[in-house]
Amino acid sequence: MNGTGKELILRHSNGTRIAHWSVAIVFTFLFLSGLALFSPLFFWLSSVLGGGSLMRFLHPLAGAALVILFYPYAATLVGDNRWLPNDSRWVEHMGAYMRKEHPDVGETGKYNAGEKMMFWSMVVLIGLLAATGVLLWQPWFAPHFSAGARRAAGLVHAVSAFIMFVGIGIHVYAAIWTKGSIDAMIRGTVTRAWARFHHPAWERETTAGKDRR
Amino acid sequence: MTNHWADIKNADVVLVMGGNPAEAHPCGFKWVIEAKVKNKARLIVVDPRFTRTAAVADQFAQLRPGTDIAFLGGVIRYLLENDAIQKEYVKAYTNASFLLREDYGFHDGLFTGYDEAKRSYDKTTWAYQLDKDGYAKVDPTLQDPHCVYQAMKRHYARYTPELVSRVSGVPAADFLAICKTIASTAAPNRVMTSLYALGWTQHTVGSQNIRTMACIQLLLGNMGLPGGGVNALRGHSNIQGLTDLGVMSHLLPGYLTLPTDQDPDLKTYLQKRTPKPLRPGQMNYWQNYPKFFVSLLKAWFGAEATKENDFRFDWLPKNDKTYDILAAFELMYQGKINGYFCQGFNPLASVPDKGKLTAALSKLKYLVVIDPLSTETSTFWKKHGEFNDVDSRAIQTEVFRLPSSCFAEEDGSLVSSSRVLQWHWKAADPPGEAKGDPEIMAEIFLALRALYQKEGGTFPDPIVKLPWPYRSPRAPAPDELAREFNGRALADIPEPKDKTKTLVKEGEQLATFVHLQADGSTACGCWIFCGSWTQNGNQMARRDTADPSGLGTTPGWAWSWPANRRILYNRASADPAGKPWDASRKYLFWTGKKWAGPDVPDIKPDAAPDQGMSPFIMNAEGVGKLFALGGMAEGPFPEHYEPMETPLSVNPFSPKSAGKTLSNPAVRVFKGDREKFGSPKDFPFVATTYRLTEHFHFWTKHTRIAAVLQPEAFVEIGEELAKLRGIRNGEFIVVRSKRGQIKVKALVTKRIHALTIEGQEVHTVGLPLHWGFEGLTKPGYLVNTLTPFVGDANIQTPEFKAFLVDVQKA
Amino acid sequence: MALMSLDVVNQSASTSTTPQARRTLEVAKLIDISRCIGCKACQSACMEWNDLRDVVGVQEGFYTSPPDLSDQSWTLMRFNEQVIDGRLQWLILKDGCLHCQDPGCLKACPAPGAVIQHSNGIVDFQETNCIGCGYCIAGCPFHIPRLSGKDSKVYKCTLCSDRVGVGLEPACVKACPTQALGFGSKDDMLFQAEHRLDDLRERGFAKAAVYDPKGVGGTHVVLVLPHGDRPEAYGLPANPRVGPLLTVWRSGLARAAGVVTMVAVLAAGILHYMRRGPLEVPPEGDQGVKP
Repeated sequence: MNGTGKELILRHSNGTRIAHWSVAIVFTFLFLSGLALFSPLFFWLSSVLGGGSLMRFLHPLAGAALVILFYPYAATLVGDNRWLPNDSRWVEHMGAYMRKEHPDVGETGKYNAGEKMMFWSMVVLIGLLAATGVLLWQPWFAPHFSAGARRAAGLVHAVSAFIMFVGIGIHVYAAIWTKGSIDAMIRGTVTRAWARFHHPAWERETTAGKDRR
Repeated sequence: MTNHWADIKNADVVLVMGGNPAEAHPCGFKWVIEAKVKNKARLIVVDPRFTRTAAVADQFAQLRPGTDIAFLGGVIRYLLENDAIQKEYVKAYTNASFLLREDYGFHDGLFTGYDEAKRSYDKTTWAYQLDKDGYAKVDPTLQDPHCVYQAMKRHYARYTPELVSRVSGVPAADFLAICKTIASTAAPNRVMTSLYALGWTQHTVGSQNIRTMACIQLLLGNMGLPGGGVNALRGHSNIQGLTDLGVMSHLLPGYLTLPTDQDPDLKTYLQKRTPKPLRPGQMNYWQNYPKFFVSLLKAWFGAEATKENDFRFDWLPKNDKTYDILAAFELMYQGKINGYFCQGFNPLASVPDKGKLTAALSKLKYLVVIDPLSTETSTFWKKHGEFNDVDSRAIQTEVFRLPSSCFAEEDGSLVSSSRVLQWHWKAADPPGEAKGDPEIMAEIFLALRALYQKEGGTFPDPIVKLPWPYRSPRAPAPDELAREFNGRALADIPEPKDKTKTLVKEGEQLATFVHLQADGSTACGCWIFCGSWTQNGNQMARRDTADPSGLGTTPGWAWSWPANRRILYNRASADPAGKPWDASRKYLFWTGKKWAGPDVPDIKPDAAPDQGMSPFIMNAEGVGKLFALGGMAEGPFPEHYEPMETPLSVNPFSPKSAGKTLSNPAVRVFKGDREKFGSPKDFPFVATTYRLTEHFHFWTKHTRIAAVLQPEAFVEIGEELAKLRGIRNGEFIVVRSKRGQIKVKALVTKRIHALTIEGQEVHTVGLPLHWGFEGLTKPGYLVNTLTPFVGDANIQTPEFKAFLVDVQKA
Repeated sequence: MALMSLDVVNQSASTSTTPQARRTLEVAKLIDISRCIGCKACQSACMEWNDLRDVVGVQEGFYTSPPDLSDQSWTLMRFNEQVIDGRLQWLILKDGCLHCQDPGCLKACPAPGAVIQHSNGIVDFQETNCIGCGYCIAGCPFHIPRLSGKDSKVYKCTLCSDRVGVGLEPACVKACPTQALGFGSKDDMLFQAEHRLDDLRERGFAKAAVYDPKGVGGTHVVLVLPHGDRPEAYGLPANPRVGPLLTVWRSGLARAAGVVTMVAVLAAGILHYMRRGPLEVPPEGDQGVKP
């Protein structure tokens, strides 16, 4: 918020933001409807999601939508999410990071190791959920699989969903905790100070590649 | 049935051969299961394929279609050789001890008296030696070489297990194991029942198939006993009623026979049909023939029939020859019949050689079909693709379809296989323009009578003067007809022992056929039904399930002919002294004054055992006939003959007579049909047709649920045959006989296997018959496209059960 | 059905307790395969009573018709040719719901009240509550429920709960001509079944047995199998179980674990935020300290 640090630089393009929020909305629907299917405690959610039958019908379609939206989006992020030696150090010092001690973990690029873990876990989990979801998808696909396979799929689907929930929970919290992140995903921009603080390598790269704004 | 459905539960052994009751009679089959569960009965099934009956059997043997007599003849030999017969019964209650004429004989497959040109026998020698009183001579020791027992032993000596096996394909060990089970019932406290159906009748030796079993049951002492008997499982809920009421070309109601050209007057007619007893003291029940016959004429012709005019005997048609179903269609085929009424009958589907049938029906001027359903016969003229490939323009037959009601849409009675007449009540109105059969027939009759009245004719009397005493002449009611069959007194009938007393008052319904008179004072439309609708009302409507003896007799349930008797020949359930053979299965017994037991005695009720009146009261000799005298067309002892189409060229039981005795020598074959018999060279496989549980004939393919349960035609073949011809399960194949071909799905099964017959491998092809080109099931061919136009030598039942085909991939 | 609703002892995906004031006798249908002649009267009666009409299919080389259970065929005679101990056997199984005491379908179902269990043992589907997810199909160890293509609801045998509720036997039992099907209290049926084994053993079926699989807590359709050591020969699973996968997946524990996870994540976030406050970019001047 100070001096030149207030200069705004683009962190998320329009396309990225649209993709992110589309995925977020679809995920929210999937999570809530999945929750209704998972536990009777939450079946009441079905009544705000179109009613049991319609919700059940929409859930796998939303799943398909998630796959279609997420993976092309993820493809654009792969480059910035490659695991680097520094990332391992970041993980080692995660506790300190969370204690806001700003430990020295080397230069962080566009995404820190936490974000990368989030990214890769989503790549894996959405894949798992999609694959197991197909096995459970009535009426078109499920009949082609054995009951045993479907039971295993059900279990994997549920466990994956909860790991994903944990991941998304951390993601959302991290966004809330790390001031400026939500704005970044809404408006697309961060301050140079923010960038320098959180992602110095990226900040330098942005600056080197382009004129300062 | 000599016994009845519920009685099957009393059996120790149930032999199912020539039938498949689990599939064709699933409801009645409950009693077989009951015998197994409650009586530890053993179930034996002998059949050309492993059926649903076999699925619950203790012993099963697959035999080649048409070799039942070989198998059963082998059983007779086994019983005689091992002395596994009920000796006391055989001596007292069969004609085993009767002496045969010395000139009777059997050589190389032929009995004495054969006329090859006429294909029939002079049966003079098939008779007893008579004494001066006209009674048959007997040898109670059974040692006389001319006695029936010895003749039988000689006759069946050829039926060794090895030969039986070579001919029928049943391994000798399996055959002997079955013999052993059957033989166990020779013991007085063990009884076997025989259940058969069309698997025995539909052969050129059909009647003899059944006779062979009758002989076995007599030898084992199983006739007349609870749990015993020879039991015909009728193929239709009321086919027993059809035969009882004489709806056959040579019969009158109650098994009286239609006069022939040789019966110029009533006296001659009655004389020929009223037998003299062949042994002293016998009941000889047919001596009452004149009472039954005159009462019938009175029922039909009423006041018109008087003693003076021979009770209008002249109004009856006189047969010049038999007009069985094959003969009728042969005449139609020759263009000698030009109009045909087809009532409750679908001959295009159910008579052999559909091609011939189509040609015959095409020659008619008119065809009237009275049926609740759209039958194939009624649309025989219409092209139904490949399934009924006819040229409609070339067929000029005018077809009238008169929709009739079905059984649930009318009151009436059905006669079950048990001989039980059971009344039923209408459940719904018939749809649309459908009417009851009596109404349709009455309207036709009244229209015809009006025409005769107006225009006259060659002999109008039987029609113009026929009494028509119904409340509504256009629609005689079922209860009126039932009362008429029962009969009533036309005058006061005096008590025989005290003529001053009245037995039955004029106008009253008769209680029993014992009251029938030969003088015209009683009328009775069917003597065996007399007692079904008495002064006490409709006995057929009784529904008392009480069974005091626990033997399933239920005398208060509906009404059984004759005289509400549930087991025929039940006198034989007691020994000659009148004591039950088996105290635990006590049925009829002599109290010292009369016969008593849970059933109506089938003997004079007060005939003391020492009078010597024997149990088989319908026979002039009073005993069961192991030797049938002149009763059968092809011989007094059943002999194995091959089906008309057979994989063999020589009859292994009479190899010396070459081809002459290959098949039944007394069979009638019409000109042109012999040429349509196939040879094993072109048609190497033995085919047999049959029904399945899911359908009833060609009817239930019109109902949705039955169509769901068995939707499309198929043919069952064994895995070996499938391999031989490269056929896969579920694919279309072509089945051909000399008469035609059908395309049908193959069902490849382990339940039919290849048999070794006289050293060669013979395959069986099973053809369920239910499908056609009408109805809700997938349209298909009529199976009777394949079957041969030839019948049993005695009653001409077509040979649907054994013929030759070839099968190939479609 | 007010009274019958008192008999519900278990319902799918429900958070409320079921009424317990009324208990009825536990019932069972007995299928004695040794008395069965495969006549399909049971199939026919099922269609009649329940007003079902399956499609008229085609012959595919089998006596079994229709080829499979469906929303219109709740029971089906399956025909199976087997050679056992050198002897040909035509095994005929009346397939359909066995009404498990521990029903996998009920356990799997996520829709409240779509699967209920009566105190008499009948497991019944309430199609109005069904959401068409097919979890019951995956949950059933016998592969019985079928999803309708028309309405996306699952269907199966109700053991004629409507008939049984008013004191009648199921339609199939009434129609069975050979009394291969029996109906009564479960105790009576087991007693009868045991009695049948004596007869079968005497006839040479040494391994005859009653099929009342314990893996699903026993069933309310029990079978007498002449070849009791080989239920698979009839098309029955040898050892049916709801199975650990389903148990874990649809268990209260898993559900609790799910809720705990969610609460934990939420709580961790809140606590962390309370304790540490937001992570903000330090003021510009501090940037010098950054390495």
